[in-house]
Amino acid sequence: MRLTLWGTRGSLAAAGPETVRYGGNTSCVEVRTADGSVLVLDAGTGVRRLGAVLQGGACRVDILLTHLHMDHIQGLGFFAPFFERDRAVHIWGPPSTTQALRERLTRYLSPPLFPVRLRELPCRLDLHDVPLEDFEIGPFRVSAALVCHPGPTVGYRITAGGASLAYLPDHEPALGLGRLPGAPDWISGLALAAGADVLVHDAQYSTVEYVDHVGWGHSAVTHALAFATVAGVRRLVTFHHDPDHDDDTLTRLLDEACAGAAFPFQLVPGTEGLSMDVGEPQRGFREGSLD
Amino acid sequence: MAQKAVELILMRQLASYLAVPIFLVDTDGNLLYYNEPAEHLLGRRYDETGEMPLAEWSTAFTPTAEDGRPIPREELALSIALQKWRPTHRALVIRGFDGVARRIAVTALPLEGQGRRRLGAVAIFWEEHVS
Repeated sequence: MRLTLWGTRGSLAAAGPETVRYGGNTSCVEVRTADGSVLVLDAGTGVRRLGAVLQGGACRVDILLTHLHMDHIQGLGFFAPFFERDRAVHIWGPPSTTQALRERLTRYLSPPLFPVRLRELPCRLDLHDVPLEDFEIGPFRVSAALVCHPGPTVGYRITAGGASLAYLPDHEPALGLGRLPGAPDWISGLALAAGADVLVHDAQYSTVEYVDHVGWGHSAVTHALAFATVAGVRRLVTFHHDPDHDDDTLTRLLDEACAGAAFPFQLVPGTEGLSMDVGEPQRGFREGSLD
Repeated sequence: MAQKAVELILMRQLASYLAVPIFLVDTDGNLLYYNEPAEHLLGRRYDETGEMPLAEWSTAFTPTAEDGRPIPREELALSIALQKWRPTHRALVIRGFDGVARRIAVTALPLEGQGRRRLGAVAIFWEEHVS
């Protein structure tokens, strides 16, 4: 199972010379097995470039949305397979108590926000509420669970070929806790991440910034490190970088959070374009440190 | 240990910030958490009791009606909220772990999460001082 990061930025796309290293596109991750089966995790602006890669292929495409905030769906209207006649595309999103997924997505994919309506897309589009239990998509076993973030939001655990990936791009497990970690069964998202080969996790803020953003649904870098430690993952990929953080700031925040500390996992800064085998250690990153 | 549903986690976090006593149970009525204001009325810190089966907590506080009649488990507000899945309110007298009898009023609400999942119930209660 191979993982590729097509968008690592949080909240708002942040293109510019100051963000070329970590990337400016919002959340989108491709998960692919050796037989060519593909899952797309979130459809932020990064999904546009992924769509170009998938264009013309025959395989079914499944897009798993963690939630419907704009930075996770904005790329949908520019996803090439949507415009391929008879291409099978499935979108999975968190259930709502009031509206179907189609109604909620149509708020964006309809005028005046977007010129093309969802129903006008030529692909064979199916929409699904994500089951809050294990289910299968082709060779992938998928677990979804609601996690701490404003509005219905799920995290995912994807397993295939003996490798496991946990994806929690927008997640505030520290919310309200006096300290993180606390009792494991009271930590949001922990069951999804437990023992995963790779954890892709929200690391939006510095510890100082977090103080002014409690309840916004995101984590400080130190929270991501603590969460990964208690979850016992093999690798942590930092993700959902704040749009106001340029490349130098992001590197500095990770350096500061790691200073003098040793972690029982490999820390991989989430950079746009990064691709890795989920089951294998990432070369170029030392266990428990950044460099 | 099973992961708690995020709605329960958020409920506990909210309760930990509120000044009103709150008591949280799962779908079987087992105690999951009570907050600091509740500790004062129940006479023991949550850290000392931890999670507790329904059979234990429902008798530990010897709940009685205002006329002194013992209240059976199934007539407790939390039990009714869980069994009939509706809000319930009642007044009663409890004896805390500290041995002090207190007259309290309880409002219990069922907790239903995303996907209409039944998650448990929460009781908000407060001491009533007879004037």
